[in-house]
Amino acid sequence: MPTRKAKIPATRYPVERFTLDNGLRVVLTPDRSAPVIGVAVVYDVGIRSEPEGRTGFAHLFEHLMFQGSENLEKLAHFRHVQGAGGTFNGSTHLDYTDYFETLPSSALERALFLEADRMRGPRLTEENLRNQVDVVKEEIRVNVLNRPYGGFPWLTLPPVMFDTFPNAHDGYGSFVDLESATVADAADFFRRYYASGNAVLAVSGDIDVAEATKLIERHFGDVPARPAPERPDFAEPELTAERRTAYTDQLAPLPAVASAWRVPDPIGDFAAYLPYVVLAEVLTDGDASRLVERLVHRDRTVTSVGGYLGFMGDPFDVRDPTALLLQAHLPPGGDVDKVLRTFDEELDRLATDGLSDGELARTQARMATHLLRDTDAVLGRALRMAVLEQQRGEPGLLNDLPRLVGAVTDEQVRAAAATLRPERRASVEVIPGVGQSQAKELAR
Amino acid sequence: MSVRALPPLGPTRRLKLPSQAERTLGNGLTVIAVRRSAVPLVELRLWMPFGRAHLARGQLLAQTLLSGTETMSSVQIAAELQKIGGGLSAGLDPDRLMLSGTGLASGLDRLLEILAEVLTGANYPAEWVATERDRLVDGIQVARSQPAHLVRTALLKRIYGKHPYAVQTPEPEQVRAVRPAALRTLHAQRVHPAGAVLVLVGDVRPERALDAAEKALGGWKGDGHAAEPPPAPPLVPGPLLLIDRPGSVQSSLRMALPAVPRTHPDHAALQLANLIFGGYFSSRWVENIREDKGYTYGPHSVVEHSVAGSLLVAAAEVATEVTAPALLETRYELGRLATVAPKPDELEQARQYALGTLQLGVSTQAGLASLVSAYAGNGLRLDFLSEHAARLAKASVDDVAAVAARYLAPARAVTVVLGDAERIADSLGTLTPVETAPVPA
Repeated sequence: MPTRKAKIPATRYPVERFTLDNGLRVVLTPDRSAPVIGVAVVYDVGIRSEPEGRTGFAHLFEHLMFQGSENLEKLAHFRHVQGAGGTFNGSTHLDYTDYFETLPSSALERALFLEADRMRGPRLTEENLRNQVDVVKEEIRVNVLNRPYGGFPWLTLPPVMFDTFPNAHDGYGSFVDLESATVADAADFFRRYYASGNAVLAVSGDIDVAEATKLIERHFGDVPARPAPERPDFAEPELTAERRTAYTDQLAPLPAVASAWRVPDPIGDFAAYLPYVVLAEVLTDGDASRLVERLVHRDRTVTSVGGYLGFMGDPFDVRDPTALLLQAHLPPGGDVDKVLRTFDEELDRLATDGLSDGELARTQARMATHLLRDTDAVLGRALRMAVLEQQRGEPGLLNDLPRLVGAVTDEQVRAAAATLRPERRASVEVIPGVGQSQAKELAR
Repeated sequence: MSVRALPPLGPTRRLKLPSQAERTLGNGLTVIAVRRSAVPLVELRLWMPFGRAHLARGQLLAQTLLSGTETMSSVQIAAELQKIGGGLSAGLDPDRLMLSGTGLASGLDRLLEILAEVLTGANYPAEWVATERDRLVDGIQVARSQPAHLVRTALLKRIYGKHPYAVQTPEPEQVRAVRPAALRTLHAQRVHPAGAVLVLVGDVRPERALDAAEKALGGWKGDGHAAEPPPAPPLVPGPLLLIDRPGSVQSSLRMALPAVPRTHPDHAALQLANLIFGGYFSSRWVENIREDKGYTYGPHSVVEHSVAGSLLVAAAEVATEVTAPALLETRYELGRLATVAPKPDELEQARQYALGTLQLGVSTQAGLASLVSAYAGNGLRLDFLSEHAARLAKASVDDVAAVAARYLAPARAVTVVLGDAERIADSLGTLTPVETAPVPA
C-alpha cells in the first residue's frame, strides 16, 4: 500500500488576552457552537512549592478553596454551580492548581462571581480543615492505599529520580503531615500563592467578548492586588549513573516497572522538548508502535506498556525538571531486567536505524486527533489556555500544537531516542506482594 | 467587608438539536449520523446485540476482533488507522458488543473501510489469540485484586442469582480453554448487521456520512439472532452480605435499589430523586457523609440501564472504623427521601442540574456519539432529549416524593459491603442482620 500522509488539520479558536490592574491575567476564547461555557482559574502553585513537613498541602489547600469564601457559606459553591446546571472541580499538579466549571452560558456571571469571591479569600476554619483532612485521607486510601499499584509510578518514581524535596516528595502527602496542618498554615499559603498576580482566568465557549470583559472587570476588578511570589528554581542536575529501586506492593498480584529519563526544559527549550513528546507515542501508541509490537506481541514479556511525558501525564503543562516515562505491567513471574534491556535495545535500534517509512506521519496524525479531541470540550480549551498563558504567556499555542507536533522530523525523534541511555535512567519496580501461590498456579 | 449578592442567571438558550439523518441498510444495519463540526474529527460507535453469548468466548472475541484478517495483520490494521489519525477498540457488556473509534473527518471513508474489513473478515490468528488470552487472564487477576471489582462481582451475584447478568467476568480457566476456532464460530454466528446500530458524529454532512457507511458496510451480511436476556429478577432484600477482605483500610459499601428504563413514565422523576439523594455533589448523601462527617471521598449513586432492567446503585468507599455509621447515614438519607417530600428549592436545584448537564452532554462530538448510541439501545432517538427535558421541567415535588417512596425505600435495598470483617462485622450487626462470606477465590 502506498504511503499516504494525512493532512494535519488545525483549529482556529480566537484568543483575547488582557490584564486587570490587580495583575490578574485573563484569556477569552469565544465559540458559539453550543450554549455552554468553560471557566478556569489557575494559580501558579503546585506540589513542588509545598513546605517541608507539609507534604500534600497544596492538594489539601485545593479542598479548602471549596469550603466557603467571603460571601459564601460552606456548601454554597457546589450548590450554586450545580443549581445553575453546571459541573465543577479542581486539581493539584506539580506546578499549578486549577479550579473550574462547565456551565450553560446563562451562568457566566454567576461563575465569575464564585471564582472572584474565593480569590478574595476562602473561609479557613478549624472545623473545615479537620473535615477536609478526613476527606483527603479517604481520597488517598481509595487511590493509593487500598488498591494495587496505588501511586505507581507517579508517587513512587520521583523519589528515585530526584534528590531535592520539591521534586522528590509524595504530593498526596503523609497522614502525619496532613494531620499537622493548621489554619495558620493555610492562611499563609493563601496569602503567598493565591495572589491576583499569580493567577490566570480563562473563559471559553458561548460568550460575547465585550460583555464577558465587562463582567470580569465588575467581579474581579476589586480583588485586592497582590504580586506573584518569586518562583523558586527547582532545577536538579542530570543523573550520571543509573538508579533503580524496588518495593513490595502488598495488594499487587503481578510485577510492574517504570523508568524515567530527564528531557529538555518544556518551557525554555520547547523545540528540543517536542520531539520527546512524539517519541513517547512512536514507542507506545497502539499495536503498530515499536514497544507494543515487540514486548507485548513478539516477546510476550509484558501485558501492557505505555509511554508519556511528565509524572502526571502532562506534556504541555509542566515545567522543568520533568521526564519521559515508560511503564510496563508484566505477566506472572515476568523478568523486569529483560524488559529494561528490551527498552534499551529498541531505543538503540531507533537511534541507529531511524524510523520506517510512514511511521512518524501516522503517529503524528493520531496525536493530532488526540489534541483536537481534547479541545472539543469547552472546558478543555479554557484549562489548557489558562495554563499555556500562565507558563508561557502564549494561550494561542493550543491552536498550533497539532501542526508543531506534525513538524517534528525523523532526525529529531532519532536524536531524542539516542539520549535515553541506561545510565540516565531511574527505574522503580513493583514486586507483587500477594496471591503468590495463586500467581504460580496461574503461571503458564 | 461588603456583602455581595449572587448574580441571577441569564436567559436560558433553548436546547437546539444538531442536524441528523438516519438510514436502515438492506442488511438490517441502522446508521445514524449527527453533525457537529467544531473540530475536524468524526466519532464512531457501533453496537451489535450480543446477549446470551458464551462469556469467556465473548470477552476474548472483543479482545481479538482487531487481530487480523485475510489481507491485514493486526499491526497493519493499527497502522492504517493511525494514518487517518484514527483508532478502534472493542468491548463487551452483557447485552452488546461495542466498537468505538475516532479519526480525522477526512479519513471517514477509510475508517469505515477498515471497520468493514474487520467485521467481515476477522480471522483470529492463533498466535495473537494466544497472546491476548494470556493478557485477558492477567487482566482478570489484576481486577480481582481491586476492591471495586470484587464488591461489584459480589453485588451482581447477589442481585441476579441465576440470571445471565450474575457473572460478568469469566474464570481464568474458561478463558484458557477458548480456541481460535471457537472465536471464528462465534463471530460467524453473532457479528451481524441485523439489529445493529452504527452512530457517526462529527464534522461531516449527515447524508454524506450515511452514503459512506452504506458503501462500506452494505456488503456485511448476517441475520439477527435472538439475544434478549430474560427479564431481571426483582431485588430480594435480605441480610447485608459482608465480603471479608482482611486488612482492608476502607470498606466498599454498595446498595442496589430498583429503577426503571429511560422510557418509563417514572424515569424523569426518579432521576431527580436520585440526584437529591446522592446523584450529584450537592446531594443530601454527599453533604452528609463527606462534607459534614468526612467518612468518605467520592460517594455517588447512579441509575444503570441494561436490556433486562434498570438499577439504582449507591457506592461509597468509607474508612473502616466508620463503616457502620456510614451505612446508618445512608439508610437514613434514603429513608428520609422515601418518607418525607423534598423541599421545593432542593428539587429546583436538582432540576437545573439535570437540564444543564443535558446541554453539556451534547456539546462535544464524543458526548453526542455516546448518548445517541445509548438512546438507540432503548429504541430512542436524539429527539427524546427534548421530551426528557420537558418531563424533567414539569416533575413536581409530589411526583418526586412518590417515586422516592416507590424506589428509594431502604427496606428494598440489597446491601453488600467489602471490608475487614473482624473490624466491622459486629458494628454492622447492630444495624441489620449480616451474612459473612470470604472473597471468592
